[in-house]
Amino acid sequence: MAEFQTVVVETDLLIVGGGMAACGAAVEAAHWAIQNGLKVTLVDKAAIDRSGAVAMGLSAINQYVGLKDGANSIQNYVDYVRNDLMGVTREDLVANIARHVDSSVHLFEKWGLPIWKDEKGAYVHEGRWQLMINGESYKVVVAEAAKNALLQTGVGEIFERVFIVGPLMDGERCAGAVGFSVRENKFFVFKSKATLVAMGGAVHVFKPRSSGEGMGRAWYPPWNSGSSAYFTLKAGAEMTCQEVRFIPVRFKDAYGPVGAWFLLFKSRATNAMGGNYMIERKPELEKWGPYGRVKPVPANLRNYLGMLDVMEGKGPISMRTEEAMQAIAESLKDDPKAYKKKMKELESEAWEDFLDMTISQALLWAATNLSPEEKSSEIAAAEPYFIGSHSGASGAWISGPEDLQTAETKSQYFWGYAHMSTVKGLFCAGDASGASSHKFSSGSHAEGRIAAKAAIKFIVENNQMPTLDPAALEALKAEILQPLATFEQFQGATTDPEVNPHYIKPRMFMFRLQKIMDEYAGGITAQFTTNEALLKKALELLAYLKEDSEKLAASNLHELMRCWENQHRMWQAEAHVRTVLFREETRWPGYYFRADKPTIDEEKWHVFANCRFDPKTNTWETMARPILQVFAPQPKAPAPVLAHA
Amino acid sequence: MPSYVNPEKCDGCKALDKTACQHICPNDLMALDKDKMKAYNRDVSMCWECYSCVKICPTQAIEVRSYADFVPLGASATPMRSTDTILWTVKFRNGTIKRFKFPIRTTPEGKAVPDGGFETKGGLDSPLLFTEPASIGMDDVYRMNN
Repeated sequence: MAEFQTVVVETDLLIVGGGMAACGAAVEAAHWAIQNGLKVTLVDKAAIDRSGAVAMGLSAINQYVGLKDGANSIQNYVDYVRNDLMGVTREDLVANIARHVDSSVHLFEKWGLPIWKDEKGAYVHEGRWQLMINGESYKVVVAEAAKNALLQTGVGEIFERVFIVGPLMDGERCAGAVGFSVRENKFFVFKSKATLVAMGGAVHVFKPRSSGEGMGRAWYPPWNSGSSAYFTLKAGAEMTCQEVRFIPVRFKDAYGPVGAWFLLFKSRATNAMGGNYMIERKPELEKWGPYGRVKPVPANLRNYLGMLDVMEGKGPISMRTEEAMQAIAESLKDDPKAYKKKMKELESEAWEDFLDMTISQALLWAATNLSPEEKSSEIAAAEPYFIGSHSGASGAWISGPEDLQTAETKSQYFWGYAHMSTVKGLFCAGDASGASSHKFSSGSHAEGRIAAKAAIKFIVENNQMPTLDPAALEALKAEILQPLATFEQFQGATTDPEVNPHYIKPRMFMFRLQKIMDEYAGGITAQFTTNEALLKKALELLAYLKEDSEKLAASNLHELMRCWENQHRMWQAEAHVRTVLFREETRWPGYYFRADKPTIDEEKWHVFANCRFDPKTNTWETMARPILQVFAPQPKAPAPVLAHA
Repeated sequence: MPSYVNPEKCDGCKALDKTACQHICPNDLMALDKDKMKAYNRDVSMCWECYSCVKICPTQAIEVRSYADFVPLGASATPMRSTDTILWTVKFRNGTIKRFKFPIRTTPEGKAVPDGGFETKGGLDSPLLFTEPASIGMDDVYRMNN
């Protein structure tokens, strides 16, 4: 096998990832690092101008509290998130992000992001918390500020196209990260005093609906491969909400966004008979505790009502775009010129919604000769994803800020540094941190900033460079590069490099993982339903997969990255299965359904389900942690409104 | 197939050490055939159709042919991205053409100033972040009991 040069980079703060949270971390860290004479290093597997989930752009900012307009309070946001997640949320974390998110949004605007304004100069809201943007270059602008902050001042450096495999440890403390260049034969060792993980969530853990070319058209990007989860698990960090996957309902197949249609255009979704499941199935909501009665109806329950229609054979479900657009222009009906102008404006807004963030959906409309003002479009539940920044909640269990606690919550939720995991020196943001849903792009950026400032404080107060064992580093290097060695050793055994009894290529490895998860852990084939026996079978098959991961083979650096991405997915999968098994109830029926425990159990399971992998003993443990409120729930859930017609 | 490269237009970015599309693809899909000096997408089933390669290509050699496993043939969406706007030409299967123009940024390229002109008030122990409280638009960041 070719020689791999070992490159050692010593830094104070290491930021792993290049998406919204990592860019927020870079801007924030640069400021405090300069003041304290520290160095910041950011490492990304892609190019930060177009990396992470916002690479393509976005058509809306989904978290803006609007504190300066007096429109909402921090508590309003906490109430919204708690309700949407069926009561499972860390209020200290949600409040901390909410109190800083407006700052990030105002910075985006200064940096050059066009935010829609009305005639009075106020932001145009898509919904209560959402702002409309011209977001094609959202990520480019945010990355530019991060690069300028790190590079123009000389306080930092950026490594692109370096894939981080996992953590470096110095005893109980995180000491940096290891990985390799995907461009040249170099093994990278990043030694740091603190490490901030922001490598996104996980896609393609479950089998996607499209299994040909369209497999890449996941709703969340296919390059989000569970690297945050792997990194934190392997460091020995406690994880939370690993069962809380997210299933978005989106325009079918191309997964175009529905937010603008439901919120801005006030569209309905109807089934084959013209019925509206949100109305017809309202009584079903009564089965889901106090959360079935809140407004807006939690995302997973909205999903569930639609899924019930589909399972009963009432599909397709259609977004009534034509009806919504005509209704908006209706008031101008008597003035044909004004009506035409309004319809033209709405048409442009509808297309921009897709062209800014899901171009494939615009292509699907064009390929089916579809004009939204004339014809409705099908929507459907996608496959499960791990995305703690959206309406999922999976991620590491992290410390909250000291000042947003009650005496009771402080004893459970605070251990020294805001947004630090249970591993000393390991900080998390964005999809890497759990139980703080609904941060989206803007809140992830704000959380990156919060975590980065806390990490700098940690470094100032714990200012020692970790020591590393050279023999352990050599062993890590050999383990990371093993797939290349395996390929070289055995490639001559057959005439087809893809079929070989001595190894498995990363693509088939991923398909094997997806099939296990799809059929046993409640994927689309199983209609998102599972039970104890199925989950145990999944664990049995995952154990074989884990053994076979040692036989992954790579013919080049690109494939080596795929080998490790799929190992990362496998670890995310195992954490998920173990936690779904642990939580003996069904709490988010529109995300997954435990057929053997089909109801919500507030008495026993109004808790966080956490898990931890112990790297010393190679064992997993699961544990419940209390859900404690920082804010009294307000307003009180209204009395049941079950006078169904 | 997601993104594909027109061999008549692609020049392999000539003497550069890597092509523009290799530089930008978030999923490391674009590769260069050094014998032909032409770029190609090496794993179309992992392509998100994010158009990053299409937008950055200096010779406009890259286009997208929609996922053949669920999209009928014949449509296209072609961007022309300048420093402050993007112009889209959307061609329907039936030949209809639609054109849309949207702003993409309000500042000159490269000029995003990290502090946005906001002053920072707190120290390392304060809950105030860089640029706060000015960037929140309030006198102070939210604190419990205020």
